[in-house]
Amino acid sequence: MPEIKASTILHVDMDAFFASVEEADDPTLKGKAVVVGAGPRAVVTSANYLARTFGIRAAMPVAQARRLAPQAIFLPNRHHRYGEVSTQVMSIFNDFSPLVEPLSLDEAFLDVSGATRLIGSAREIGHQIRSRVETELQITCSVGISTTKLIAKLASGRCKPNGLLEIAHDRVLEFLHPLPVRELWGVGPKTAEALTRLGLQTIGDIAQTPRATLVRALGSSQGESLYELAWGRDFREVAASVSDKSIGAEETFARDIDDNEELLAELLRVTERASRRLRDQELATRTISIKIRFSDFTTITRSKSIDLPTDSTQEIYDQVRRLFTALGLVRARVRLVGVRLENLESEAGLVEQLTLGGREQGWRQVDKALDRARRRFGGGALKPARLIESESESGERAGEP
Amino acid sequence: MRFVIERDALSDGVAWVSRSLSSRPIMPVLLGVVINAKKSGVTLSGYDLETSAKAEVSADVKDEGRVLVPGRLLSDITKSLPNKPVTIALDGNRVSIISGSAKFALPTLPVNDYPNLPELPSETGRITGEMFAHAVHQVAIAAGKDDSLPVLTGVHVEIEENKLTLAATDRYRLAVRELSWEAPRASASALIRARTLHDASKALIGSAQVSLALAAATAQERLIGFSTSGKSMTSRMLDGTFPPYRHLLPNDRSATAIVEVAPFLDSVRRVAIVADKTIPLRLTFAPGSLILEAGAGEEASATEELEIAFDGEGFTIAFNPTYLVDGLSALGTAYVDMAFTGASKPAVLSGRESADGQSDSSYRYLLMPMRYAS
Repeated sequence: MPEIKASTILHVDMDAFFASVEEADDPTLKGKAVVVGAGPRAVVTSANYLARTFGIRAAMPVAQARRLAPQAIFLPNRHHRYGEVSTQVMSIFNDFSPLVEPLSLDEAFLDVSGATRLIGSAREIGHQIRSRVETELQITCSVGISTTKLIAKLASGRCKPNGLLEIAHDRVLEFLHPLPVRELWGVGPKTAEALTRLGLQTIGDIAQTPRATLVRALGSSQGESLYELAWGRDFREVAASVSDKSIGAEETFARDIDDNEELLAELLRVTERASRRLRDQELATRTISIKIRFSDFTTITRSKSIDLPTDSTQEIYDQVRRLFTALGLVRARVRLVGVRLENLESEAGLVEQLTLGGREQGWRQVDKALDRARRRFGGGALKPARLIESESESGERAGEP
Repeated sequence: MRFVIERDALSDGVAWVSRSLSSRPIMPVLLGVVINAKKSGVTLSGYDLETSAKAEVSADVKDEGRVLVPGRLLSDITKSLPNKPVTIALDGNRVSIISGSAKFALPTLPVNDYPNLPELPSETGRITGEMFAHAVHQVAIAAGKDDSLPVLTGVHVEIEENKLTLAATDRYRLAVRELSWEAPRASASALIRARTLHDASKALIGSAQVSLALAAATAQERLIGFSTSGKSMTSRMLDGTFPPYRHLLPNDRSATAIVEVAPFLDSVRRVAIVADKTIPLRLTFAPGSLILEAGAGEEASATEELEIAFDGEGFTIAFNPTYLVDGLSALGTAYVDMAFTGASKPAVLSGRESADGQSDSSYRYLLMPMRYAS
C-alpha cells in the first residue's frame, strides 16, 4: 500500500434485521426459530440464526422453508416498522459521524476519521455503536473495520452475528488473499466463471495474475478494477447519503422581536447553523427558504431557487436576506425564524461562477477555515462579527446556546 | 369625433403605443389607448405609469374629439384589418371602426379619468436607430434578470460630451459599449430597465434619427425619453446607483486568442449540449489550438478542437457556455479578440473584422470564469 492508513471505515450490518425487529417487538419469540415472510407464494425476507440452522435462507420460497422447519414462527413483512427502526439505527450512526452511507435499511458505511479525536479509536467507536444499538433497540449488529470499504464489508461478514472485526492496514492482504474470488466486489456468477476458466480460485490468485491478462479476459475497466481490489486498493469514499431531503434550523425567541435588523441577525445565526450542517454532510443546496412565525402564530415561508448549488454561509445568507427584505415587514412581532435548505446534492465537483470584482478566495474558503476552527475549539469559538454583538446585547434566549 | 386613416399608419401607431400598456394595471383606465383627433392630426397614447408612448399619425379629421378605447382590442383589430382606408368615429358611447365590409364597435372608457402623460425631457443628443438598437442589444444581454437586485436589471447610460456609454452587468459578465454621437448638451447619466430599453430600441431600428432625452439629475421625475418622427416614449429611470465598473476593465493582458467567431460559436454550442448551468465549458488554449471540453467521468462529455491564433502561455479556463455564447453573438464581427490575465480573472472579448486587423475596443464583454470549488 502506498501509505499507512488508519482504520477509519466501518461497515455496520444488522444481524437478521427484520427477524430481530420482530423478536425485539415480541419477547415471546425469544428462543424460537423466526422467519419473516408468510403466505403461500411469498419468499423469506429474513430468518433468525436459529431458523438458519435448519437451512432456511433469505429469498427461499416460504413453502420450502416450512418444510425445512415446520415449528418455526412465520410472520408477515412489516416494512413500515423496519423502516422506523432503520431510521433510529441510522440516527445512532449519525451521532458518531456525519459521513454515513446507508446501503440498505440494515447496513451502512461510516467514515469516522473526524470522530477519532473526540471519541477514540475506530474500534472503540465500533464497540459504542454496538452497545447503543443493542441497549436502545434490543437488536444486534456486526461491525467490520478497516482502511477501505471493501475490507470493512468483508470483515463484518466474517464476524457475524453480533461481532466486531478490525483488519489493520498491515493485515489486509493476509486477510483478503485466501478468500474466494466471489467475495470481491463486482464478481458475479459470470465473472466468477471467467476467473475459474483462468484457474483463479482465490483473491490472492487474482493478485498474482498479470494485470494485462485480467484486462484481456475481462475488459479494461473490470480487469483493472479487480486487480486493484485484489491488492486491497479501494479508493471509493464513504459518501454521505442525500436521503435527507432538506436541512433546516430555526430559533424561537424568548420574547418576540419586531426589529428588522435584529431579525436579520437571528436569520444569520440560523443560516450559519443550517449551512454548517450542510457542509458537515458535504452537501450543497439549490433551494433556500425562510420561515417567519408571527406572535399570533401565523406562519409564512418564502423560497428561492438558485442556478448553481452552494454551501457557502454568505451566499445562502444573501438569498435569506433578500427573501426577508422582500416581505417588507414593518415592526411585525416575530416569535420564530427558520431557514431551510432543500434540493440538496453532493458538493463533490461543485462549481463556482466567479463574480466580477469578487474576492479571489471565495466565501467557501472562509467557511472551510471557520469549520476547521470550530471542530478544534468547539461550537462557540468563531462566528460572524455581527452575531457577537447581537448576542451580548440580547442575553438569554430560548433556542440552543 | 370622426376621421379616416390609412390602415398602415393606424396599425403602426397602435403597435407603438401598445408597448406601454400593462396587462394588469393599478387603474382600469390604463388598459386603454387614448385617441385624440384634431384637425392637425391624430395622436395615440398609452401609459402604464412606468413607460408612456405617443404616436402622431396623419389622418383626414372630419370632427375633432378625444376617446379612450380598450388597448388590446384596438391592437388586435388593427392588425387584422384589410389594406383599405379605415374610418373611426364616435357613435354615442361606442367607437366604430369600419374598413371595407368589416365593421367593429368598441366600448369606451372614461377618458376624463385618464392621467396626464409625463412630458418628454428636452433633447440630449441624436443617433441613428440602427446604431442605437445594435448598441443596446450588445449590452442588454449582460443585464441581470433577478428582480430582487433591481439595479442590475438596468442598462447604465452615460453621456460625456460626444461620447455615449452603455453598460450592464449581472455580476458574472459586464458589457460596455461606447459610441460617439452628436450631443448638444454634455454630461448626463441614467439607469433604465434593460427590457424596456431593448424593446424600445428594437421598435426604433428603422428610424434615421432617434433623439435621446435624459432628464437632469435634479428633475422632479427622473425620465428618459426617445423620440423620432411622430413617435415618442418616456420611461422612468430605475432607482439606485449602478455599481462603479470602470476599474473592472483590465488594462493589460497576459495572453491573447484570436478566433473566428462563426466556427467558434458552432463548437461552443455543440460541446455545450452536454453542459448545463452547473457544468462549465472548459477551454484549453495553446499556440495554434483551442480545445473545448465539457462533462467528465461517468456523465456525458464532449470535446472539440479548433485552430486558432494564440499568443501567451497555454492554460485552461472554464465558462458558463450560455454566457460565452451571449458575448460571442453580440460582437457582430467575424473575429473575436479574447484577452486573458488568468484562469480566475475575467476574459475580455472584443471584436475585429479580420484575423490580422485591429481590435475594436468600442465594445467589450467581460466574462468571469467558473471554477471548481476547493
